[in-house]
Amino acid sequence: MLSSITSRLSRNISVFNGRSFVRQFASASAETVNIKLPESSFKTYKCDPPSLDIEVTKDELLRLYKEMAVMRRMETAADGLYKSKMIRGFCHLCTGQEAVAVGMEAAITEDDAIITAYRCHGFTYVRGGTIHSILAELMGRKAGISRGKGGSMHMFSKNFYGGNGIVGAQVPVGTGVAFTQKYLEKKNATFILYGDGAANQGQVFEAFNMAKLWDLPAIFVCENNFFGMGTAAGRSSANAQYYTRGQYIPGLQVNGMDVLAVKQACSWAKNWTTNDQGPLVLEMVTYRYGGHSMSDPGTSYRTREEIQHMRSTKDPITGLRQRILELGFSTDDEIKKLEKEARAVVEEAVAEAQKEPQPDESEIFTNIYAKGTEPPIIRGREREEFAVMNQ
Amino acid sequence: MQTSRFTLLYRNFANNIYSKPLSRNRFIHKAFFHATKKILQTSGAPAPAPAEGYLPGVAQSKFIKSTQEEALKNSELMNTGVANGETKKMNMFQAINDAMGIALTTDETAVIFGEDVAFGGVFRCTLGLAEMFGRDRVFNTPLSEQGIVGFGIGMAAVGHTAIAEIQFADYIFPAFDQLVNEAAKYRYRSGGLFNVGGLTVRSPCSAVGHGGHYHSQSPEAYFTHTPGLIVVMPRSPIQAKGLLLASIRDRNPVIFLEPKILYRAAVEEVPVGDYELPLGKAEILKSGKDVTVVGYGSQLYTLENAIKLAEKDIPGLSCELIDLRSLSPWDVDTVANSVNKTGRLVISHEAPQTSGFAAEVATSIMERCFLRLEAPIQRVCGLDTPFPLIFEKFYVPDMTKCYDAIKEVVNY
Repeated sequence: MLSSITSRLSRNISVFNGRSFVRQFASASAETVNIKLPESSFKTYKCDPPSLDIEVTKDELLRLYKEMAVMRRMETAADGLYKSKMIRGFCHLCTGQEAVAVGMEAAITEDDAIITAYRCHGFTYVRGGTIHSILAELMGRKAGISRGKGGSMHMFSKNFYGGNGIVGAQVPVGTGVAFTQKYLEKKNATFILYGDGAANQGQVFEAFNMAKLWDLPAIFVCENNFFGMGTAAGRSSANAQYYTRGQYIPGLQVNGMDVLAVKQACSWAKNWTTNDQGPLVLEMVTYRYGGHSMSDPGTSYRTREEIQHMRSTKDPITGLRQRILELGFSTDDEIKKLEKEARAVVEEAVAEAQKEPQPDESEIFTNIYAKGTEPPIIRGREREEFAVMNQ
Repeated sequence: MQTSRFTLLYRNFANNIYSKPLSRNRFIHKAFFHATKKILQTSGAPAPAPAEGYLPGVAQSKFIKSTQEEALKNSELMNTGVANGETKKMNMFQAINDAMGIALTTDETAVIFGEDVAFGGVFRCTLGLAEMFGRDRVFNTPLSEQGIVGFGIGMAAVGHTAIAEIQFADYIFPAFDQLVNEAAKYRYRSGGLFNVGGLTVRSPCSAVGHGGHYHSQSPEAYFTHTPGLIVVMPRSPIQAKGLLLASIRDRNPVIFLEPKILYRAAVEEVPVGDYELPLGKAEILKSGKDVTVVGYGSQLYTLENAIKLAEKDIPGLSCELIDLRSLSPWDVDTVANSVNKTGRLVISHEAPQTSGFAAEVATSIMERCFLRLEAPIQRVCGLDTPFPLIFEKFYVPDMTKCYDAIKEVVNY
């Protein structure tokens, strides 16, 4: 079975190593290049594909690289903190899937909205959450982005509607967000992410129907990492071509391991939806290197060889590094320096976040009801504590 | 679920259906409306034999404000700007319609959506609103309860006002996750960054005489068990309008349960202006010194009759009747003060007894008034069975059962 997965992976995910056609401009705009993405970057359903030509600058490529490198460092740090019992409870890491969040953010503005499921640390980071606030949240500290009250799957920031723990629940919620954009006649879209596991939830289809019925600027993004928890996509889904799952909604399969393909697809999708063409379903073909959660080693339902193979041939960070080197934008040494910086930034954030205090005890009573409308007592607590909450 | 809606309605209303349904929705709407109308009509032709579910006393109830003077003699209206204003005769669905019209007028982000609401909804609560405010503000949704509530949560998270209708409270369960996990906790889990205070979910609830399993339930206790949600159930048109406007404007997600039997049965002179009634505040409908009787929604009229009978049978007895109005938060002080005076408590609701809201009231009052109690607290509730079709009369906590409970606490 695993060999069939591996062959599907290579069928689905285009390999960009050395195959992309690069045209470099001379002189003044020497730092702007036109890159031609491989044909295999996209597969369409009821629509024409985005252009394969993408214009990028040196600065942008380096920025994308750094963001992905920082994200991976951050998740590695979270992994370490979890293993040293500084993070308790649930923790879902996005190692391997960095290109999706980074490429998407590069294509949109901060007025566009994103909502995702529980694998949300990377999205929180690209949406403006600091590493410090993310790690502090994971450790349940006062300085956490949700004041230490949420933890791993509960992170939010401006126009980032979370971090949601119930599989599929965020999909109609994101559809409501998209409605407000249309209602206010804004030229913005909502990117609604869910996994290949969640793709089979009934409410995903309820949301598809509403979005299409009302032509909302909703972009449903299935992050297909091939495993819903420990179940291979083909074992859970009658149709594992997730980009076709919208039936009456046009779809696009994207090489989610190539940050530029993701960026191109998201720009195209935003343009599509904000021109009143209705919703889209994007399938980001990606891969998580780690287990579903910290208690899942991630090797009981796939081989170590498969993971190793993905790491060595499809990794989004390695892929971009090769591209940067190929273009002559940077030397190996400079890239190593970037890596070092990323590590330093994360290490500092880890040290700082660990020093943060836990939230005040009175926080247990806050943010349940709107300020001023709280019930006078909270049942189940000691009498002495009432004074705390009545402050 | 869709099949059951259809088959159940078909079974119930086989004799009343229109022969050429335009669509499934339209068909349900007409069939149900027609049957409901037949049973709930309050004026016009002399009533034939009282139909099943006809609420004894609601039209004659002392708590119904049928004149302008009575309507405005309400201390809660004093500071609302409608105290000296105009009133208009409205039944409860018209009062709810009026409240939503005001909400849409005063808040341009407010929209109403739900199954068939653009046509007025099965109970006519949104009648004419789509025409008045446009189809982009009052619109039909697919039959997707989970989707409807999730969609409303998304709107509200942006800061808009989402007024969602779940066609029957019995259909709210597909949306249970969205309400309990998403709506109730959005504020808490985001550390206060986001909230869905703009969300109000309206839904018709409780017995109607012939609703059967899927058109009769009272699901309030499922939601009062969830911190973060507000749960409200009004008893009359004036109350419904004021409480609904307060619910829509409240900065917490609200589940607003409307006893469907009152939509047409309860008619009052309702102030036409914009007013809110307080959430979390009970109302003493009738003062008394011997027994405290607590209820909410349509059950209050049953309790009124039970009290009337008990006071007639037991000379000198005086009962105090309290309408809780909102169940989460609920006004424990008003009930505790009353029980400290009377020493006896009877609580009644239509939902099944086990883990029903009466259990919460009984426990809280036991904690607060233990030494003042003269008799064990009585709960008069629905049976712990599915809501039955043919045995509805046996299931509901009717006047006789409530009367017995009052006698029980008096004679203890």
